[in-house]
Amino acid sequence: MIEVKNIKKSFGDKTVIQDVSAVMKSGQCNLIIGSSGSGKTVLMKCIVGLFEPDAGQVLYHGQDFTAMNSDEKTEVRKEIGMLFQGSALFDSLTVEQNIMFPLSMFTKWTTKKKLDRVNEVLTRVNLTGVNKKFPAELSGGMKKRVALARAIVLNPKYLFCDEPNSGLDPQTSLVIDKLIQEITIEYNITTVINTHDMNSVMEIGNYILYMYQGNKEWEGTNREIIFSKNERLNEFIFASQFLQDAKDMRMLEESGKISNDRNMDELMDKDAPSLIPPPDE
Amino acid sequence: MTIFTDIGRYLLMIKGMFSKPENGRMYWKEFIHQCTEIGFGSLGIVAIISVFIGAVSTIQTAYQLVSPLIPPSTIAQIVRDTVILEFAPTLVCIVLAGVAGSRIASELGNMRVSEQIDALEIMGINTKTYLILPKIAAALLMIPLLVVIAMALGIWGGRLAGTASGILSGTIYDKGLLEFFVPYNVFFALTKAYVFAFIISSVPAFYGYYVKGGALEIGRASTKAVVVSCILILFADYILSALLLPTS
Repeated sequence: MIEVKNIKKSFGDKTVIQDVSAVMKSGQCNLIIGSSGSGKTVLMKCIVGLFEPDAGQVLYHGQDFTAMNSDEKTEVRKEIGMLFQGSALFDSLTVEQNIMFPLSMFTKWTTKKKLDRVNEVLTRVNLTGVNKKFPAELSGGMKKRVALARAIVLNPKYLFCDEPNSGLDPQTSLVIDKLIQEITIEYNITTVINTHDMNSVMEIGNYILYMYQGNKEWEGTNREIIFSKNERLNEFIFASQFLQDAKDMRMLEESGKISNDRNMDELMDKDAPSLIPPPDE
Repeated sequence: MTIFTDIGRYLLMIKGMFSKPENGRMYWKEFIHQCTEIGFGSLGIVAIISVFIGAVSTIQTAYQLVSPLIPPSTIAQIVRDTVILEFAPTLVCIVLAGVAGSRIASELGNMRVSEQIDALEIMGINTKTYLILPKIAAALLMIPLLVVIAMALGIWGGRLAGTASGILSGTIYDKGLLEFFVPYNVFFALTKAYVFAFIISSVPAFYGYYVKGGALEIGRASTKAVVVSCILILFADYILSALLLPTS
């Protein structure tokens, strides 16, 4: 579990994060959403320690990360995996070497054991036969999967994903979302995802934190967000006319003015047929 | 004010490099990789430049020594001392600032912009120690070696040009090389090589590591790294000459 308490961050005169608090639980996908410039990336970087917050605390399972010295922070970071927006794979290393890198750095495993683990995580992200390829030879979706494999290779307790769907087509985005969700549940990881993709929000948003101009504007679940009365949030999530129409339809249905056999609960049911195509990339 | 900020950040970067490696083997591997890149990667250009510098020195010295009272072996002495004292350490290091320095700056700059440095930080790796220290250590090992090779090739190039153009025979050239040889000059040249090696590796590493922006900024950082390195090399050359060479 990660607790964020009253985080503040400024760059010069510009305050980017103002007094944000949140509790992000294990085994669920915690989403930070908001429009561009709302401070969600800065908040995530404050949580992982790439930025030093001006005030407030970040607690990893009760341990105050912000008060730790660099050695203690290094120990916590060994339990963190991060999927970067641009994948951040090492250009000069092959897929296999990229994934093996954290293992080589932090374990004394034999090469065979490391290779077995690399193949295990590659299979887990539905990617095989690419071990000897370089990042430049992969598609965007494949790069994200390799980056995800590298992020989980050391069995992290915390997984951070910075805009995992940026630059991907809707189908591949769904595949990546589903993968992150499955891995989160399977390994009971505390996953924090920074996104503005509404598909992700509705698919995997167990906890959603909506940021607006550096403030926490709203928090809740994917079931609650659709019925939220928060105007700024509604403007953000229903920016698309299609979604606005869908919401209007839902409101009419609720008020009994129209009838629709498929209600929201049914759509959100985990047993409902998945929109996610089988991984074939 | 920016210059003082940069100097402060540069010193903090140097200080931050010294921490316990997470895994000695991985750091050793990176050190060897950098030795290959900096050393063998620059060997070709260093060899070409050294031979031609020696050759040109011989011809130009012969052109200026018109008095029949000065023996031809003096040409070899002048070429030897010029190559050892100045051409091999300074000129070669200025070329290396362009070759190795720009490579270091652009490699680190690209890693910064594409979040690879952030990825290493998140893994719990001290990026200054892992990315910068092996480069500086490799430069400190390989650049003095390149300078020694440049000295030998420069002197050989001078001999080649001297004999090929009929200025002096190989025997006279060899005799001249052994006359009035001061071993301290080699020590002085190697001292310069070590100082220049530190400049060539640490200054571009600084500009690359702290780059902000995109591809354009990487190019700018790379150019700035080379320019600043060259200026610092010339400045250090003057200071070291003033301090270490007895002039009276």
